[in-house]
Amino acid sequence: MKKWLEPLANAWQGARTHKLRSSLTILGIVIGVAAVIALMSIGRGVQAGILSNIESLGSNLITITPAMSYERGGVMGASSVATLTLEDAAAISEQVSRVIAVAPYSSSNQQLVYGSENVNAQIIGVTPEYQAAYNLETAEGAFISEYNYDSGAKVTVIGASVAEELFSGVDPVGQKVRMGTSIITVMGVLESKGSSMMGSTDDAVLIPLSTLQQTFSQQRTSTGEHIVSTIAITVSEQGQADYVVGEVTDLLRSRHRLASGEDDDFSIRSMEELVSTITEISGTLTLFLGAIAAISLLVGGIGVMNIMLVSVVERTREIGIRKALGARERDIWSQFLTESALLSFTGGLIGVAVGWGASKIISGVGIMGSEMTTVVSADIVILALAVSVGIGLLFGFLPARRAAQLNPIEALRYE
Amino acid sequence: MIRLRDIAKVYPMGNRELEVLRGVNLHVKQGEMVAIMGPSGSGKTTMLNLIGCLDVPTSGSYYLENREVSCLSRGELAQVRANKIGFIFQSYNLLPQLSALANVELGMKYAGGIDSEKAMTALARVGLSGRANHKPSELSGGEQQRVSIARALVKNPPLILADEPTGNLDSHTSEEIMAMLTTLHNEQNNTLVMITHEADIAHYCQHIIHFKDGQIEWEEAV
Repeated sequence: MKKWLEPLANAWQGARTHKLRSSLTILGIVIGVAAVIALMSIGRGVQAGILSNIESLGSNLITITPAMSYERGGVMGASSVATLTLEDAAAISEQVSRVIAVAPYSSSNQQLVYGSENVNAQIIGVTPEYQAAYNLETAEGAFISEYNYDSGAKVTVIGASVAEELFSGVDPVGQKVRMGTSIITVMGVLESKGSSMMGSTDDAVLIPLSTLQQTFSQQRTSTGEHIVSTIAITVSEQGQADYVVGEVTDLLRSRHRLASGEDDDFSIRSMEELVSTITEISGTLTLFLGAIAAISLLVGGIGVMNIMLVSVVERTREIGIRKALGARERDIWSQFLTESALLSFTGGLIGVAVGWGASKIISGVGIMGSEMTTVVSADIVILALAVSVGIGLLFGFLPARRAAQLNPIEALRYE
Repeated sequence: MIRLRDIAKVYPMGNRELEVLRGVNLHVKQGEMVAIMGPSGSGKTTMLNLIGCLDVPTSGSYYLENREVSCLSRGELAQVRANKIGFIFQSYNLLPQLSALANVELGMKYAGGIDSEKAMTALARVGLSGRANHKPSELSGGEQQRVSIARALVKNPPLILADEPTGNLDSHTSEEIMAMLTTLHNEQNNTLVMITHEADIAHYCQHIIHFKDGQIEWEEAV
C-alpha cells in the first residue's frame, strides 16, 4: 500500500466500523453542501439570465436621454427638458468614431385599432439604424427601410405580442390598422425575444421617425432642430464604451453650448456600466444565498464534532494501545483529523452530486411557476469541497486534541 | 539494561497522597528474564508502567540502556516505547476491527513503518501463519495472546514487558505461551520483564522480584 494512502485507508476502516453513525454524520454535511450548491446555482442562474437578456438587447449599447432637471433643494423634477435633437444624432454619427449605429427615436402613446380589436401602445418613431442598435430581427415582412424613412411612409413594424393581440389568426403583414387618425399598413412583425428588465420589444410598435413627427408631434427647438427623446448608439466592440461616452459628451456639450462649469443637459448610460452594476448586485445576492446555506453546513460540522467526540470516548482503549505501541501525540492527532476530514469530504462529494441534481430539477421545473435557469460552476464545486474538508479539520480539532492528550495508562484501563 | 535508583511514585488522591512506590532500587541485566510477583496493590503494575515509559516517576531516576529516561518529554517517551519496548497485556489488547496480520503490523507502525513480510514471519513464529486474516473475535484466547506476542516481537525491541501474560488462560495454554515466550526470548536475546501471580509461571524466569507495599521485599536469582 502506498504510504500516503495508509492513513486514508485506516480512516475509512474507522468510519466503516460504525456505518449508521458515519452515514448520519455524512448526511449533515451532504445537506449543507447540497444547499450551498443548489442556492448558489440559482443565484448564478439569475445572474446569467439577466446578463443574457442584456446581451440580446445589445451589450454594446449606449443610450442618451435628456438630463433630469433638478429643482433647488435637490428635489428631482418630474419632467425632463427636451434637449436632444435629430441633428445631434447626425453629428454623432459623422464625428464620433468606433460607432456602428446611431438611432435617435421619439415616442407617443396612441390607440391601435384593427376591426373590433384595439390596444393602447407606445408608438416609437425610429430610423432604420434602430434595428442594428437593438439587435432586432423580423419574423415576417421587413424592417423600416431608408426609403420608408425618407418618404415618411405610413407603415409599421410590430412586436410579437402586439401582433398576437390585434390579429389573432390573421397574417398581420399587409393589414391596415388605425393609429390615432391615420391609417397605417403593417409591414413586418418582430421576432419574439421574451421579456427583459429593459422592457420587451414584443410590445413594440415601430413607425418611421419622420412619420411620427409629421403625424403626431412636430416639436422643434428654438433653433429649429427636430427634438427626439432618446439617442441609442451601438459601439463597434466591447470595451470601447468609455471612449465613446467621452467623445459624445464633449460633442454634445459643444453643440448645446454649455459653459465649462455647467452641468450636462443630457445623461449617458452605457450597457457596460449597467452590466457591471447588475453583476455586482447579483453577485451579492448569490453570496447571500450561499451564506444562508452555509449555516446548515455549520450545523453539519457541529454534527461531525459531536460524532468524533463520541468516537474518541469509544476508542479510548484503542488510543491507549496505540500509545503503548509508541504512537506520538501527533500520530493520534492525524488519525482522528484524517477521519473527520474524510467523513466530511465524502459528505461534500455526495452533497455536490445531490446539489447538482437539485439544481437540474429546479431548472427543469422552475420555482413558483416561473422558469429558472441554474448554473453549477466549477468554482462553487471546488469551494464547497474545500470548505467541507475544512469543516472536518476544524470540527475534528477538539476531538483529536482530546484523543491525543489521553493518558495512556488510564486509556488502557478504560473498559 | 534497566537501572532504577530510589524510584518513588505518588498519586494525589483528593486531599491525601497515595504512595504507590517508595524507594525502589533495581538492576536488570541485558538478556535476563525477570518475574515480578507480589499481592495486588503492592505496586507491581505501576512499576511495569514506569519501566515501560508509560509513566514517569515522582522522584528517582531510571536508566534504560544507560540513558536516563525519567526526565524525557511525552514525545520522547513515545519514541522510546516505539523503538525499545514491546508490550504484552493480560487482556491481549488487540484492535477488534483489524485482522491478526494488521494487528502485528500495528506493532511496527510507529517504529519505522510497516513491513508486511516481517509481520507474516512473526506470525509464523508464533504458529499462526494460517490465521493471518482472522479477526481477534475469531481466535481463541491462546491464539490472541500469540498474536499479541508477535506484535510485541515484530520490531525486535531490546525490552519486552508482559503484564500477567497468562492471567486469562487455562494452565495448559499458559504453559504453551510460556514455552513460546522462553524460546523466542532465547532466540532474540532480549530482556523480558513480566508480572505474574503464579509461582510456576515465575519459575520460567532466572530473576524473581517480590513486591510488597511499594517496595522490593526480596529478590532471588534461580
